[in-house]
Amino acid sequence: MTMMTASDNTATSKSRRPSVDFKTVGPAVALLLLCIIGFLLNPAFISEGNLTNLLTRSAFIGIIAVGATFVITAGGIDLSVGSMAAAIAGVMIIVMDNAVETMGTGVPTVLLGCGVAVLLGIGAGWINGALTTKGKIEAFIVTLGTMGIYRSLVTYFADGGTLSLNFDVRGTYRPVYYDTFLGLPFPVWVFIAVAICGWLLLNRTAFGRYCTAIGSNEAVAKYSAINVDRVKTLTYVIQGLCVAFATIIYVPRLGSASASTGVLWELEAIAAVIIGGTVLKGGYGRIGGTILGALILTTIGNILNFTDVISNYLNGTMQGLIIIVAVLLQRSDWKLGRKPKA
Amino acid sequence: MLMRKTLGVMAVTGMLAFAGSAAAQEKIKIGVSYPTPTHAWAAGMNWHAEQAEKRLEELYPDVDLILVNSPDPESQASALEDLVSVHQIDGLVVLPFESEPLTDPVLNVKKSGAWITVVDRGLSQPGIEDLYVAGNNPELGRVSAQYMKTRLKEGDNIVILRGIPTVIDNERFDAFMEEIEGSGINVLDNKHANWNRDDGFEVMQDFLSRFPDIDAVWAQDDDIAIGVIAALKQAGREGDGMFVVGGAGMKEIIKGIMDGDELMPVDVLYPPAMIATAMDLTVGAFKSNGPVAGRYILGATLITKDNAENYYFPDSPF
Repeated sequence: MTMMTASDNTATSKSRRPSVDFKTVGPAVALLLLCIIGFLLNPAFISEGNLTNLLTRSAFIGIIAVGATFVITAGGIDLSVGSMAAAIAGVMIIVMDNAVETMGTGVPTVLLGCGVAVLLGIGAGWINGALTTKGKIEAFIVTLGTMGIYRSLVTYFADGGTLSLNFDVRGTYRPVYYDTFLGLPFPVWVFIAVAICGWLLLNRTAFGRYCTAIGSNEAVAKYSAINVDRVKTLTYVIQGLCVAFATIIYVPRLGSASASTGVLWELEAIAAVIIGGTVLKGGYGRIGGTILGALILTTIGNILNFTDVISNYLNGTMQGLIIIVAVLLQRSDWKLGRKPKA
Repeated sequence: MLMRKTLGVMAVTGMLAFAGSAAAQEKIKIGVSYPTPTHAWAAGMNWHAEQAEKRLEELYPDVDLILVNSPDPESQASALEDLVSVHQIDGLVVLPFESEPLTDPVLNVKKSGAWITVVDRGLSQPGIEDLYVAGNNPELGRVSAQYMKTRLKEGDNIVILRGIPTVIDNERFDAFMEEIEGSGINVLDNKHANWNRDDGFEVMQDFLSRFPDIDAVWAQDDDIAIGVIAALKQAGREGDGMFVVGGAGMKEIIKGIMDGDELMPVDVLYPPAMIATAMDLTVGAFKSNGPVAGRYILGATLITKDNAENYYFPDSPF
């Protein structure tokens, strides 16, 4: 990560005095500030229960946002993730409910459901990728289309209502969300694992460098013998896989899916990525920042629930302000002890 | 042209009104228009509308009910036009998507001479509909508060999870607060949970971290209540006489009440089946010898173990 930041700063002149690089620490500072505000509003904010809730909640958006970091770094965008999560959750529930008769209500049924989720995630991601690269349609339009398709599919599957998982299967599956390992809930472990894999993939492999290269300049990347279409399609497949993982830990929470599942997750994921320092037009990505971005977003919602100082109707305003300030912190040319040269 | 059609329709309705039995060759056509179901409550409404269609057409062979659902206000406006021009309806039952954009289209149907029944959401101009059928939002809040008062004593603490910030939500909330005032029950805080399970779960988790002593929860809606209960169970705080009051009448909740669930011992009715009530009454307007026009406001019945069976529809999606 530090290497990336260093290379990004080579263009700017070296300052004589040490400067604080807000691109890297900005999101962390913002998160720290939020936590302090939360604590001051209500000391129960830092209770173990609340922190665990916060981390677990961040896991959905966080895991999806790790995938989105790849897509955005390579210059793409995926608006379909929220609907995709809802559709995958719906199909998972239908498959598991139908498997009860033949496979019982035990672990095999749950594993079948998870397998279906992974396949669907990969498939849906591949469709987005192939339409973008082979179909030569802008990612915004492709994923806007699939967003509508997946959303209406889940409404259709649920007959407009709510799909509910068989009660006994839920009993088997429930621990995946609610149980803990070494004090941390399972979703947090999945989040950590996805984050580490994502970081390694983006920062330590040729694939990661290809993503950055394509995002900076697609034409140059193509002339540098990078298989642009394949790499771009793969970023969408990774995104789909991340959505599948998020869905696998989402379904056991309430055991249901409906048209209101995952609404606006796509925007939250994109916001998390950008708050974290990844550039929306591509060419520069930071997994670590994305994780902080996801934590910041959930912390805002959590803090707003912890106070009645702010009118309920202004929640959206507070969220918007904090997102803008967080990005402002890391974008603007803040250098301590030095005025920017004219 | 329009004049002739109008006269024709009026003639038909007039003839039917005076000589119902002679109508065998000319069917009474009633259009039923409502939003395409995108959430469970609306899906329940769709189901009940279909049930009522089957039942009423069997009962009255000369009645033809035409169900149309539309995904947005504009398509609902077009659907209303089609009901008049293509089907030449004699009556309309409409649950408007939004009040404002559908007032004129409904007025146009009215001008064709058709009987108008408006369900749940009023139009923005009074006097268009012949009959208004709706649930009672303030009553839902009041009944919930009254139940809270029977279970709680002075100094007990409750939290409130509200719906999407809308008039409906405000009516429910204000009536609840008015009723609870002076009872000595503390309302610790209220937050919007947008009538969905995920938000219900997260808001309740935060309430539980924030307030160590909560005696009851007003979730206002059954979907929110399901999220609330998952959060209570996760925190292990579902015991000690804790209870949750929802609203609407979801079949799973009603089933729980029938089975004696202590965590959700009651529910307050805001039934999607009100569309069926409206269809019954509208057919009645053509068939009954009693007057039907006016306002029909359903009670917000408190569903308890004793009467739950009457409100349990296992085949409905809601």
